[in-house]
Amino acid sequence: MNHTISPADQVTDTEAIRHVASSRFRFGDILAAGVGSMTRRGARSVLSALGVSIGIAALVAVLGLSDSSRAELSDRLDRLGTNLLVVTAGQGFGTETASLDTDAAARISHIGAVNEAAAVISTDLTLLRNEWMSTNDTRGLGVVGADATLLDTLNGTIADGEWPGDHWSTAPVAVVGAEAARRLGITSVADGPTVHVGNRDVTVVAILDPLSLAEDLDRAVIVSRPMAEQIAAADLSPTAIYIRTGAATVDAVRGLLPATVSPLAPEEVEVTRPSDALSAKESAEETFTALFLGLGAVALLVGGIGIANVMIISVIERRTEIGLRRALGARRRDIRRQFLSESVALGLAGGIAGVLMGSVATVVFARTQGWRVVIPPAAGVVGIVGAVLIGAIAGLYPAVRAARLAPTDALRGA
Amino acid sequence: MSALAPTRPVPPALELVAVGKEYAGSPPVRVLHGVDLRVDDGDFVTIVGQSGSGKSTLLHVAGTLDRPTSGRVLVAGVDTTELSDDQLAAVRSRHLGFVFQQFFLLEDLSALDNVALALAYQGVGMAERRTRAGALLDRVGLSHRVHHLPRELSGGERQRVAIARALVTDPSLLLADEPTGNLDSQSTRSILDLLHELHDEGVTILVITHDTSVAALAPHQITVADGRITADRR
Ligand SMILES: Nc1ncnc2c1ncn2[C@@H]1O[C@H](COP(=O)(O)OP(=O)(O)O)[C@@H](O)[C@H]1O
Ligand SMILES: [Mg+2]
Repeated sequence: MNHTISPADQVTDTEAIRHVASSRFRFGDILAAGVGSMTRRGARSVLSALGVSIGIAALVAVLGLSDSSRAELSDRLDRLGTNLLVVTAGQGFGTETASLDTDAAARISHIGAVNEAAAVISTDLTLLRNEWMSTNDTRGLGVVGADATLLDTLNGTIADGEWPGDHWSTAPVAVVGAEAARRLGITSVADGPTVHVGNRDVTVVAILDPLSLAEDLDRAVIVSRPMAEQIAAADLSPTAIYIRTGAATVDAVRGLLPATVSPLAPEEVEVTRPSDALSAKESAEETFTALFLGLGAVALLVGGIGIANVMIISVIERRTEIGLRRALGARRRDIRRQFLSESVALGLAGGIAGVLMGSVATVVFARTQGWRVVIPPAAGVVGIVGAVLIGAIAGLYPAVRAARLAPTDALRGA
Repeated sequence: MSALAPTRPVPPALELVAVGKEYAGSPPVRVLHGVDLRVDDGDFVTIVGQSGSGKSTLLHVAGTLDRPTSGRVLVAGVDTTELSDDQLAAVRSRHLGFVFQQFFLLEDLSALDNVALALAYQGVGMAERRTRAGALLDRVGLSHRVHHLPRELSGGERQRVAIARALVTDPSLLLADEPTGNLDSQSTRSILDLLHELHDEGVTILVITHDTSVAALAPHQITVADGRITADRR
């Protein structure tokens, strides 16, 4: 027999080899090998993916909750409006406290862009549930006099009863703030409850809902300005004027207010926007957000190390499988991809579980707070992509080690 | 091809030319010394030698799982000396089928999927892989064990699965290292019978064994001792 082969034959055969070398282990096979092996190593896979899922859950929950609370805040601000301004008397020269003119509110309401203005007068009148109680028992509540426009200016709502309206200035009636009603034990105005203000009884005709932009008034019993002056037997100047402007004209009005209120000493007038304080309160909570994100990152790191560990053990346990696959024609990169796909599958599973857990946590917590649930889609995407990346990074070293294993060593190792 | 054209000569399935293998160390271990060996297409060769004589090393080098320190290895006429690792992987996938003493079946895969795995590295689609794997299981007499896991099979049956896996790619050469080493005498008998049947059907086979009674059954017997060929009888 003649077995010599021509160089031409040899070339075509080598070409064929090259061709085979370039036809690769398919993506589906890599995936099947990775996912299959992961699911078969059940408990261990679950445990190693758990770390990542906890980290991702923390991340998603933090992002979800901060978005939910921000949505809640912006809902509240929308409802209350960022177009509410408050004028108070600032500090005058020396120690004397500047005061606002009695008709300042009326002047302000002449500014075109002002929709509504209401002056409020703090009094030092005593407030008692009834005249037989001790005067020390004021329960931290105060009495204020206010214009009838107060409710509309504050966009306030009534929990029970009716805003007095027309007969406000003359009738001995009062409206109580939410907290004041609670402390006074008034839950309804149906049977005409009274409170004792100064030296006389006034009838409570309405209970307010909490006023987020004027929390002081939650703890007040509100009567009309003339009524307050009548009980106090003195002329009282306003302590604060609440002003509701058009949405776009807040800044313009803000600029005009000092001169309008006090043409002679505009610098003594202080103008604030209560919604700013509310926003500031929220940004303090971002500190906690950062803290939780930090904890999530630590969990992710630990989770990544867990995956790397499981993968290294897997490579050691499957030496002979690696050798066998090489004998069947697997290239180093096929082995590398197989193990990499397994750790990516672990990361992905952890990521999906984490996003689900984080979303559930967000829904549960937001519901208990009575918030609107907002889970930013980006949190889900970032969570899953992040987990996949962690899986890939964690699996890189084990996969490279598996691919470097000499097939003979792998097969002899049995 | 025209009937008048000369048929292309079939190259030997395997040819080793002055192959030496040395393992690094101090001192280095010389395991193979100038091994010359040829397995023709359609041959059935046994290599017999005592434990430690270098048989497995020889099989690894011949199977391109390891490179010789010196000499050349030609598989189906292709000189593997200059080939890259990836090309060697392709040579194994295309031309060689391995059978080992320990079977090396993947425990999580059914007999069918174990056999089909060999085709995955040729980029064959799943459906075709399964069809061809089924045909091979049938050929080794395991059509009733297709969906069994390796642990549900006897030793002899597992080795049949391994043989089916080695042959499913239709290789130029079947390389078997102590294929009956882990089997009782009855299973040994049946595996040897199977190898003979396959040889009769045209499969080229190289079996390595320390068992002279196994070696004696082949038409072409080679003896190794201390990494050298001491006899080559056809
Ligand atoms: N990686 C290696 N490094 C050093 N020596 C090795 C290595 N592999 C095998 N050997 C040595 O080579 C010799 C032949 O081993 P092997 O080929 O397995 O023999 P057989 O299969 O005939 O029993 C033995 O002495 C063994 O210790
Ligand atoms: Mg051996």
